[in-house]
Amino acid sequence: MFYREAGQYKASYQADQAIFPIAQDRIVVVALLAVAFLVVPFVVSEYTYRAVLIPVVILSLAAIGLNVLMGYCGQVSLGSGAFMAVGAYAAFNLSVRLPFLNPFVCILLGGFVAAGVGIAFGVPSLRIKGFYLACATLAAQFFADWAFLRIKWFTNYTPSGSVNAPPLQAFGYDLSSPTANYLVSLVFAVVLGLAAKNIVRGHVGRQWMAIRDMDIAAEIIGVRPMYAKLTAFAVSSFLIGVAGGLWAFVYLGSWEPAAFSIDRSFQLMFMVIIGGLGSILGSVLGAAFIVLLPIFLNQALPPLGALFGWKISTATVSHFESMIFGALIVFFLIVEPHGLARLWSVAKEKLRLWPFPH
Amino acid sequence: MGLHKLALLGAAIASAGVIAATTAPGSAWAQNEQFIPGLVYRTGAYAPNGIPFADGARDYITLLNERDGGINGVKITFEECETGYATDRGVECYERLKGKGPTGAAYFSPLSTGITFALTEKAPGDKVPLITMGYGRSDSRDGAVFEWNFPLLGTYWTAANVAVQHIAKEMGGFDKLKGKKIALLYHDSPYGKEPIAALDIMSKKYGFEFLPIPVAAPGTEQKSQWLQIRQQKPDYVLLWGWGVMNSAAVTEAGNVNYPRDKMIGVWWSGAEPDVVPAGEKGAGYKALMLQHPAGKSAVYADLEKLVIAPGKSLAKPDEIGSVLYNRGLINSMLGTESIRTAMAKFGNKPMTGEQVRWGIEHLDLTAERIKQLGFEGMIGPIKVSCADHEGTRLSRVHQWDGKKWNIISDWYTADDAVIAPLVKDTAAKYATEKKITPRDCSKES
Amino acid sequence: MAFFLEVLIGGLLAGVLYSLVALGFVLIFKASGVFNFAQGAMVLTAALALVRTLDIAQKEWHWPFGLALAAGFAFAAVVMAVIAWAAERMVLRKLVNQEGIILFMATIGMTFFIEGLAQTLFGADVYPLNIGLPKEPVFILESVFDGGILVNELDIWAAVIAGLLVAGLALFFQRTRIGRALRAVADDHAAAQSVGIPLNQIWFIVWLVAGLVALVAGAVWGSKLGVQFSLSLLALKALPVLILGGFTSVPGAIIGGLIIGAGEKLAEVFVGPSMGGGIEIWFAYVLALLFLLVRPQGLFGERIIERV
Repeated sequence: MFYREAGQYKASYQADQAIFPIAQDRIVVVALLAVAFLVVPFVVSEYTYRAVLIPVVILSLAAIGLNVLMGYCGQVSLGSGAFMAVGAYAAFNLSVRLPFLNPFVCILLGGFVAAGVGIAFGVPSLRIKGFYLACATLAAQFFADWAFLRIKWFTNYTPSGSVNAPPLQAFGYDLSSPTANYLVSLVFAVVLGLAAKNIVRGHVGRQWMAIRDMDIAAEIIGVRPMYAKLTAFAVSSFLIGVAGGLWAFVYLGSWEPAAFSIDRSFQLMFMVIIGGLGSILGSVLGAAFIVLLPIFLNQALPPLGALFGWKISTATVSHFESMIFGALIVFFLIVEPHGLARLWSVAKEKLRLWPFPH
Repeated sequence: MGLHKLALLGAAIASAGVIAATTAPGSAWAQNEQFIPGLVYRTGAYAPNGIPFADGARDYITLLNERDGGINGVKITFEECETGYATDRGVECYERLKGKGPTGAAYFSPLSTGITFALTEKAPGDKVPLITMGYGRSDSRDGAVFEWNFPLLGTYWTAANVAVQHIAKEMGGFDKLKGKKIALLYHDSPYGKEPIAALDIMSKKYGFEFLPIPVAAPGTEQKSQWLQIRQQKPDYVLLWGWGVMNSAAVTEAGNVNYPRDKMIGVWWSGAEPDVVPAGEKGAGYKALMLQHPAGKSAVYADLEKLVIAPGKSLAKPDEIGSVLYNRGLINSMLGTESIRTAMAKFGNKPMTGEQVRWGIEHLDLTAERIKQLGFEGMIGPIKVSCADHEGTRLSRVHQWDGKKWNIISDWYTADDAVIAPLVKDTAAKYATEKKITPRDCSKES
Repeated sequence: MAFFLEVLIGGLLAGVLYSLVALGFVLIFKASGVFNFAQGAMVLTAALALVRTLDIAQKEWHWPFGLALAAGFAFAAVVMAVIAWAAERMVLRKLVNQEGIILFMATIGMTFFIEGLAQTLFGADVYPLNIGLPKEPVFILESVFDGGILVNELDIWAAVIAGLLVAGLALFFQRTRIGRALRAVADDHAAAQSVGIPLNQIWFIVWLVAGLVALVAGAVWGSKLGVQFSLSLLALKALPVLILGGFTSVPGAIIGGLIIGAGEKLAEVFVGPSMGGGIEIWFAYVLALLFLLVRPQGLFGERIIERV
């Protein structure tokens, strides 16, 4: 009754091609953004910022980046952690070597460096496909781990090889409070997320999807595979690289390559698949789910055990957490292999009819 | 596609979101309690080393509560959070636990160099001290710059220096080091790289050749490293590993016939889980001690009576009295004694992180007090100050005979002429990078 | 020269150990098209079940070593059978006809589950494992080279075991009824099913065989390193072997293992020091990657002919 597009006439191509063509969607999106920007800063605690919101926002951006590559262009990548690392270390080096640059400008520029590296590691995708490509992207992962440990120039010759972010400031304001951290990350994520949404709707995005659905057919209708695949790698690595810079500068403050290890790559891939391949919204839902689930299990299990009179040790909690996490992933894949985004679109279908289904 | 799936989606996301968001630090705390958090790892690749430490740290606090009713009558509440040795989980745990209890967390001991680096950035803002006993940044001993870090009992630079001293002693003097070759087999992470700076300086000073050999984490596969060692034939191999890397290194040393008594591990490579898997191949292997040996000191009488016998400990029988279990006990002892020191100034009530920081900075444990606490033979006297957050630079060496660790050396004191300039340099560099104005330690009381 | 040979032989023997892990991947991928990331976790579980049973049988029931060892292997095999059954019944059967990447993710989910379960049941400590394999270093070819070439008996035994395992698998695939059915399923699921081969049963058997391969790998690696969580990370060392050898080829897993093992050790020892060391982990992947650029289906992989 409330969610229906009947009566919304589109009188121009512009209206038809709007990013959210249905009025209700626009209202919901604007309302959500308004809540995220205007309400959240007044109600949540510091813990929620630091442990929940900031990681979710930053990792959402990284998941969007990976989704561009995996979901839209069909190139499976296990090297996203490496591109996050490239973004983070590039931003660090820029801030150290060009101290007059604002740290956030460094993060953005770090994204461009990551895009360049992404193109280089995307070249094999012209030859290799599927799981072979997935394993090949691990080369990027392990090479980055090694390079940032071993090449001292990257870490500005610190004795331990661990580096520190510069103080976060912009226009004379100190942006190190949790609220400021959150808002800054959110601005990055929203702006770049919407940009990604627009790119995947545009001609480049359509080329990616053509390649994903059938590369040979795409080539025949005039899509250049090299151009399409490498742009996908570039855009994806840019987004992941910016997320890496944010993760390092805003969330960690001080880091070592282990912060961007292969576990991070797997975590991002989980987000994309659980969230839904080929969906920007799905990436955000996936990121929220993967970040929140362990925290939730970790805190919910001991009281739950106490309810039945068991005293659960930290180790048991952690093992159970691992088991439940694994089981839930399998369960989700069985119930809905197309991810949370698909569930959401089903919900929208239902909403169109609700409350009068007949 | 049924509605139940939607319900499932809703339930999963909403409940996870709501509960995780609302289980932020609560408010219902008994007013007279001191909260101490425990960042532990009982799972994952480093669990075999993480478990005994966590059990020791926990049991000492249980002991204080059972025997003395806490510290000066203030009961201690203790909560663990599993980090799995992962930095982001560690940060989440820190954020979750730092505000608990009436006065917030007293101090954090993350037992991970990676988490220590990340928390070093956060601790000053939150006003919570970090006790990183025998690990963390070596330059954080400079309390003027690193106000909130306390690498008590020893840093990696101290360890590197003591290891070289021991080698010199075995060879018969520092002049014998000239032209010798010392390899460092290290965990390829900031933890393993810390000693390199100090060893570089010493190799120039004493004229030995220094050969760093990295091992990629987690370190299960070290064949090529040991082939290199076989080719280069260093006179000594220093081992800077953690977790499975240690036992793999000792095993591989056996495989290539490298004499185990020419290997010296850092104190994180000198516990039972490091040598037991190697079986008889481990015999002869030496390691530095973070002052304390394996075995049971006087405090065990109470510990066994009040904590272990009544089943209040999580430790397995063979863990009790092991090197890392003892280290956990000492970690909690130093932390709680710092709280006691702070109480002497601020009164017998729960201390805030800021007050505990003052307490650690003024911690002064004499030999007599250590004996009173039941830790005689475990650690030497320690006196922390603003300029020296390490408190002591003593260490010994012990050797594994295939069954147990035996102490084989006297106490060494690290040579500050080597370490102090390095600390000063890197701390100053950190201060400029972070735009910190160092405190003037002569004005601190 | 002697040192070069020593590194080469050491590398080849290390490669055999990688092959042992890679074999399990190949078996499952061949028969069910599933890239089974849980193979590492299965190695860990099998090794934990083995070492714990062995310990308890020897220390608490005072069984003789041989009997305890047999009990350990039997129990570990039962655990692997349970995992195979559960994987087929609870996961694979429900995900029939899904894309490869979804199945891959499901096996990562299983990895978490199995790791958690194994550590809950058997503990998270380090357990030294002794199944009677000798571990002493020996010198060979002492008459040819000064000082001889150092190899470890355990590695040689591992190579022998791997050889026997491959021979056994080959016999199983070529000579037995089930083996032929397995190959039929690997060729074409639908056709195999239409001639009356029970697909679900075959998948169970394949997972069981992969589980037993994991048990062998766990026993060998466990004797080498002690049984502990890190065994599950061995999967990552097996991946370049798979890329190089092809996902569907048993001989590919062995040859790929040998090339990767020898290549990475030679690179680490002879090139590594000039680059700061620690290059072997990415070198293995880069080696495999370069190889792929020439032959995208791997050394022995099936050539995919694409038709539009």
